[in-house]
Amino acid sequence: MALQAIAFYMLAFVTIAAGLLVVSARNPVHSVLFLITAFFSAAGLFVLLGAEFLAMLLIVVYVGAVAVLFLFVVMMLDVDFAELRQGFAQYLPIGGLVGGILTLEMVFVAATVATNGAAAKNGLPNASPGGVPNTEAIGRVLYTDYIFFFQLAGLVLLVAMIGAIVLTLRHKPGVKRQDIGKQVARTPKTGMTLVQIKPGEGISE
Amino acid sequence: MIGLPHYLVVAAILFTIGVFGIFVNRKNIIVILMSIELILLAVNINLVAFSAYLHDVAGQIFAMFVLTVAAAEAAVGLAILVTFFRNRGDIAVDDASMMKG
Repeated sequence: MALQAIAFYMLAFVTIAAGLLVVSARNPVHSVLFLITAFFSAAGLFVLLGAEFLAMLLIVVYVGAVAVLFLFVVMMLDVDFAELRQGFAQYLPIGGLVGGILTLEMVFVAATVATNGAAAKNGLPNASPGGVPNTEAIGRVLYTDYIFFFQLAGLVLLVAMIGAIVLTLRHKPGVKRQDIGKQVARTPKTGMTLVQIKPGEGISE
Repeated sequence: MIGLPHYLVVAAILFTIGVFGIFVNRKNIIVILMSIELILLAVNINLVAFSAYLHDVAGQIFAMFVLTVAAAEAAVGLAILVTFFRNRGDIAVDDASMMKG
């Protein structure tokens, strides 16, 4: 149990410190790297809770796809980031004040939930009820009770993919492309013309 | 012993950091998008912690859907960002009023 507490405090500290560095780093490339650190530590917290499948999903989806996408865009766009940091100190006091109030309120709510909430009588975390492994427990529910939501999630991803392609696709003028409809619709009538030539004259044009 | 409130406090602090990041980095839309990712991560920690301590797997399913939406949001947001950068040459969003028609 002591080892678990040490692991929890270490992972929680790294998650929060990396989160703070994400919003305060000068270089956005550093921000993305700290974001990856935060996701990784949060995945460790999920493992501590027993939610192994989501931990692996977090690493694969966030670190492998989303964070790398961020890194790609940050490195691709040639932006003067020093200029974008203007106003950082201006909004720091009010931002800190609102953030402190938000944190305090949520901590109070968390304490109330822990003492009086529905989970108060469950002492130990159990992320895979029913005595089956975590992945199996998720699969049993996901493909039965939540099948329509699962399919809807796929649709959301499809729309996002098409939207991203439509937004960033650029048609350059002057590039020759195959037009299959045009090729299929081609007949001898449209493809060639018969010209009557008088002997010895040749074709003008 | 580590209980539910510990995880809730971590999630609360992470959520606040995300909101704080949106406050202080108002011009830098890349950092704003990353702050949104932090907020969604805090929500996921909340969902998974409650799922574990209530002994109900539904919270993890919801966390999975949040993950899906976050991935889609990042993809579309960055696509908009790239288009915006192509049109404008910079990504300062505090005077992004060119789309008002």
